Amino acid sequence: MAGDFPDDLRYTESDEWVRVEGGEAVSGISAFASEQLGDVVYLQLPEVGKRYGRTEVFGEIESVKAVSDLFCPLSGEVIAVNEELDATPGLVNEEPYGRGWIARIRLENPAEAESLLEAAAYAQNTTERH
Amino acid sequence: MEQKTPLYEEHVNSHARLVPFAGFLMPIQYTGIIEEHRAVRDAMGIFDLSHMGEFRITGSGAVAAIDRLVTNDVVGLQPGKIRYSPMCYPEGGIVDDLLVYRFHDHLMMVVNASNIDKDFDWIQSHLPDSVRIVNVSDDTALIAVQGPRAQMFLQSQTDVDLSSVGYYEAVVGSMAGASGVISRTGYTGEDGFELYLRPEDASGVWETLLGRGTSLGLKPIGLGARDTLRLEAGLMLYGNDIDETTTPLEAGLGWTVKFGTDNFIGRGVLERQKAEGVRRRMVAVRMEDRGIPRPHFEIRADETRRGELTSGTYSPTFECGIGLAYVDTAIAKPGTRVDVVIRNHKHPAQIMRKPMYKREGA
Repeated sequence: MAGDFPDDLRYTESDEWVRVEGGEAVSGISAFASEQLGDVVYLQLPEVGKRYGRTEVFGEIESVKAVSDLFCPLSGEVIAVNEELDATPGLVNEEPYGRGWIARIRLENPAEAESLLEAAAYAQNTTERH
Repeated sequence: MEQKTPLYEEHVNSHARLVPFAGFLMPIQYTGIIEEHRAVRDAMGIFDLSHMGEFRITGSGAVAAIDRLVTNDVVGLQPGKIRYSPMCYPEGGIVDDLLVYRFHDHLMMVVNASNIDKDFDWIQSHLPDSVRIVNVSDDTALIAVQGPRAQMFLQSQTDVDLSSVGYYEAVVGSMAGASGVISRTGYTGEDGFELYLRPEDASGVWETLLGRGTSLGLKPIGLGARDTLRLEAGLMLYGNDIDETTTPLEAGLGWTVKFGTDNFIGRGVLERQKAEGVRRRMVAVRMEDRGIPRPHFEIRADETRRGELTSGTYSPTFECGIGLAYVDTAIAKPGTRVDVVIRNHKHPAQIMRKPMYKREGA
């Protein structure tokens, strides 16, 4: 799973991914992060309708071992969260880029996405942290 | 630089995630904590515990000398039997919690990996000249097989009649082609055995058992699941739940403190504490919402701080957060409603009877 970083996504150094779709972005955590965390058992999801700045803490993700903050990858208003994660948080481990998505954000500044890492650069970044 | 156990290569080959623990590179997980936890509860798991410390104690007066160092009774321990005991400072705090094995001509003490040097120095400084202690930790590998299928499976790998080895009893015998000490002990809340082996035999035994046991559900288990298993079973972890600032009576280990005729180190303080009653007590805690308690989180009752978590995790068996905590004796009764403060938010929880998990028939 580690090293599984789809090319059509952008990544943060704090291990979120985003898929920009026009003026909106879908985000989650990378396969690298979900593997490092281990079995995810609970997520405190961002608040729908609330505006978060880039790198602001907008939720928490709890695995058996530990809790970590979720950081907002791009500035904007959270317009939806993945409520399926309430009942099945393990989707973050099973399908981090699919059914394990976390939030949909209406972007304040779509150009901000250009500053995020591309897949190859993010893969390099995770290698250095292994 | 961390030490490697004799099973390091096996862990690497099975793609375990290795982390530094008590000076050793140890597997924290192989496939996932929840899956490994369930394997032990439903079938069985195999653990590398070679980081644990072992001391061999010999000489005239060895039994009496060790008896004076630990709170439990060693004098009355028959050869082939094992006792769990705290070892205390004169002030009543705990040096370590350990196992004492009695054999015909010597004792073996099994101590926590993080305490090997401290314990060795402490014990050695309290032994008479006639008694000798040798740290045999580096010459001892330890493999545990735990779970409801452990006896049935291991019986097919040994000539020893395992049904004749009772709980907390040990025999010398051969297992999967290697000789060592076989004891019915563990740290999971399940039935199971621990195998003390020569380091050079460890990988052969590990490979043989895993190879033959996989079809029966045997899985390698890392320290992550070891922690969730022991917490459900209400077993303490030194450094988290007990240490030099806590006494066995506060920790609910009163059953291991034998005041009888035994003049052990720490007796005076513990006798006084028993007579006066403890002010705080270790309890099990179970969350009533999705919150997960972690060490040092505060426990409140009636908006007042009344205690603190010492261990906490997600319980794969109960599918909620659980923990161990010291609380004021007044709120220690099972069924008491409390709040756990998780990152500035109160989450409802209940004090539970310990252990929360008890296997069927135990």
